[in-house]
Amino acid sequence: MVANNTIPFNGTPEQEARLSAVIARHKGARGALIPVLHEAQEIYGYLPIEVQKMVSEGLEVPLAEIYGVVTFYTQFTTKPKGEYKIAVCLGTACYVKGSGDIIDRIKARIGLEVGDCTPDGKFSLDATRCIGACGLAPVMTVNDDVYGRLSLDDIDGILDNYMK
Amino acid sequence: MEGKVVTMNLVRSHVLICGGTGCTSSGSETLIAEFDAQLKKAGIEDEVSVVKTGCFGLCALGPIVIVYPEGAFYCRIKPADVEELVREHLLKGRIVNRLLYEEATGEREVKPLSEVQFYKKQLRIALRNCGVIDPERIDEYIAFDGYKALGKALTEMSPEQVIETIKKSGLRGRGGAGFPTALKWEFAAKQPKGVKYVCCNADEGDPGAFMDRSVLEGDPHAVIEAMAIAAYAIGSEQGYIYIRAEYPIAVKRLRIAIEQAKEYGLLGNDIFGTGFNFDLDLRLGAGAFVCGEETALMTSIEGHRGEPRPRPPFPAVKGLWAVPTILNNVETYANVPRIILNGAEWFADIGTEKSKGTKVFALGGKINNTGLVEVPMGTTLREIVEEIGGGIPNGKKFKAAQTGGPSGGCIPMELIDTPIDYDSLLSIGAMMGSGGLIVMDEDSCMVDIAKFFLEFTVDESCGKCAPCRIGTKRMYELLEKITSGKGEVSDIENLRTLAGSIKATALCGLGQTAPNPVLSTLRYFEDEYMAHVAEKRCPAGVCKDLLQYTIDKDKCKGCSICAKNCPVGAISGEVKKPYVIDPAVCIKCGVCEGKCPFKAIARK
Ligand SMILES: Cc1cc2nc3c(=O)[nH]c(=O)nc-3n(C[C@H](O)[C@H](O)[C@H](O)COP(=O)(O)O)c2cc1C
Ligand code: FES
Repeated sequence: MVANNTIPFNGTPEQEARLSAVIARHKGARGALIPVLHEAQEIYGYLPIEVQKMVSEGLEVPLAEIYGVVTFYTQFTTKPKGEYKIAVCLGTACYVKGSGDIIDRIKARIGLEVGDCTPDGKFSLDATRCIGACGLAPVMTVNDDVYGRLSLDDIDGILDNYMK
Repeated sequence: MEGKVVTMNLVRSHVLICGGTGCTSSGSETLIAEFDAQLKKAGIEDEVSVVKTGCFGLCALGPIVIVYPEGAFYCRIKPADVEELVREHLLKGRIVNRLLYEEATGEREVKPLSEVQFYKKQLRIALRNCGVIDPERIDEYIAFDGYKALGKALTEMSPEQVIETIKKSGLRGRGGAGFPTALKWEFAAKQPKGVKYVCCNADEGDPGAFMDRSVLEGDPHAVIEAMAIAAYAIGSEQGYIYIRAEYPIAVKRLRIAIEQAKEYGLLGNDIFGTGFNFDLDLRLGAGAFVCGEETALMTSIEGHRGEPRPRPPFPAVKGLWAVPTILNNVETYANVPRIILNGAEWFADIGTEKSKGTKVFALGGKINNTGLVEVPMGTTLREIVEEIGGGIPNGKKFKAAQTGGPSGGCIPMELIDTPIDYDSLLSIGAMMGSGGLIVMDEDSCMVDIAKFFLEFTVDESCGKCAPCRIGTKRMYELLEKITSGKGEVSDIENLRTLAGSIKATALCGLGQTAPNPVLSTLRYFEDEYMAHVAEKRCPAGVCKDLLQYTIDKDKCKGCSICAKNCPVGAISGEVKKPYVIDPAVCIKCGVCEGKCPFKAIARK
């Protein structure tokens, strides 16, 4: 999983300082690992092995355990996300209204599999569960923009907005 | 107008704008900004107060704006409409009819919400404050009797009396299984004194449901108050709310609410001067369905992979960090303050013999009024679908409703008059679940739906026990085989056998209930499975491998739109003559069907 990361890790000293502060704040508290990982992912955008190592050393938790936790929860990702994070809701309400076809269309259009990021770092594609906007099903989001009541014909136009 | 009596700080109108996730997605934040700007421009910003509330329930028609005192219910409001609303309604007192909610009958008029078809059969207890108060202001919650129940419990009742009241009310868990809430509290209360925890399950894993999130977004203090009451009942001083990280608005409102409660001395030490201490923290989930299961949830709070533990010991005896712990669902808690205030009898009078009170459902799928509804237990599915839900769009026929998400089952047309309560649903092979209610019409394939849920469980199985890890995968493969046209009749029997073994041997509720979507669709729609297997046909026209797109020669006018839009060049022909689709090239994406102006393309 880690080996086929195409984008090299390039964390900055600022990020590292922020992470150290987070670790210092939580160290010693029971159940600290998951809150720390949440904050680490906020800082770096994802949790590559390099970040996991820093957390491991900081919290004095074995790396194997951290890797186990990171890969268990789908919120944590070891791959970077794109500049534009496309997420299609595959919750039941959206699925019944055809979001499966929507995601197929997006995959075909930008040549991505779910969970991946384009090599230029521009787009990543995720399938999510109900985002609570079932009234607008089927729903997709691009970063913070929500698009609802989608039909297949809308997809190209939406993606075009971000292609420029 | 009452313009003359208005003083600078007396507000004459309230504009309630839904700030729930559904309406926020439809743009209610910009709407609020636009109202502020327009009110200022009209110079009436001190006379009209704009309140951002929780969910009104009718998400399909969002963003929703209600203007009081008239109670005008405006739907699908766009920023461009705001100027008119301010000028006409708020300045001149003239209702803007064209923006009012329109009943199925076509009438638009101002009437009390309780008279609107969507709300008529509803009874809002858990959702009582959603869409009524500003969830980010504790004073509004207090103005609606907030924290009065906690005060009553702490100063007038013993812990035993609290538990007795809950017991008499008949409240059962709303998280899915329907376990009597008071029993759990009683077990935990009877454990020796010492550290105990009170937890709230806000993981809401059912992939098509958002009841708990709406309660937390619209009325976070109700859950905080109830957890404090529960803590008093069992002798705990610390609580945790385990909430999905995917719910940023709910997380934010909870954080604000906890801060405010601490400021007001309603959390912390010596609450109401009674010597009772209670503190509350949030723990964010990280996207694992199994963490909604109680023991897995506790393992996750402890900072590990959220794998379930065998029970017994039950959490009430040995839970979080191995001490007695109670865990209840958000909606379960949301009922508690009202029960304490209004009394057990009041609550026990609502609902059916064994299922008391109300249940909130997230109504979705092929239904006109998608959104959030709260109905007394015992309401029939027909009432929910036809009266509250406003029926099925596009004149299609109801086929089935799915409840209980990946653990649940479906209710077919012939059982649409089943009263919805815990026991009736179980007896027909479905379950109450946490409240996802997805309506399906004739265009939904039941085999495909079963496969959808199995794919979900395969994905979410934590892998700890073999029946769930391997068994659900095998079931999924069989469904794949059937929906891709390679199924055999024996596969149906194999599905049943596998389902039986998984149910009997899986470690936790996830595996034990995973076969339900398959078993219940097999029970009511076996003919549909047979059509896939024996005739290699998908009656609903969903399973792509069993479909063929064809052009009706008589309807095709040879306009060439389909050929131009086909992404793989599978359509050919001469302009003004009927076109044809090459099945070997066609990827069955359905684009041509949508584009054809003459409806000449059929899917079979
Ligand atoms: C796989 C699985 C997932 C669950 N997910 C949830 C959930 O998301 N929310 C919830 O409240 N209960 C969920 N439950 C039920 C909880 O285990 C537990 O019964 C419930 O939170 C207890 O609260 P209640 O008695 O108030 O319903 C789940 C159970 C299982 C087996
Ligand atoms: S199922 Fe997609 S938003 Fe709820």
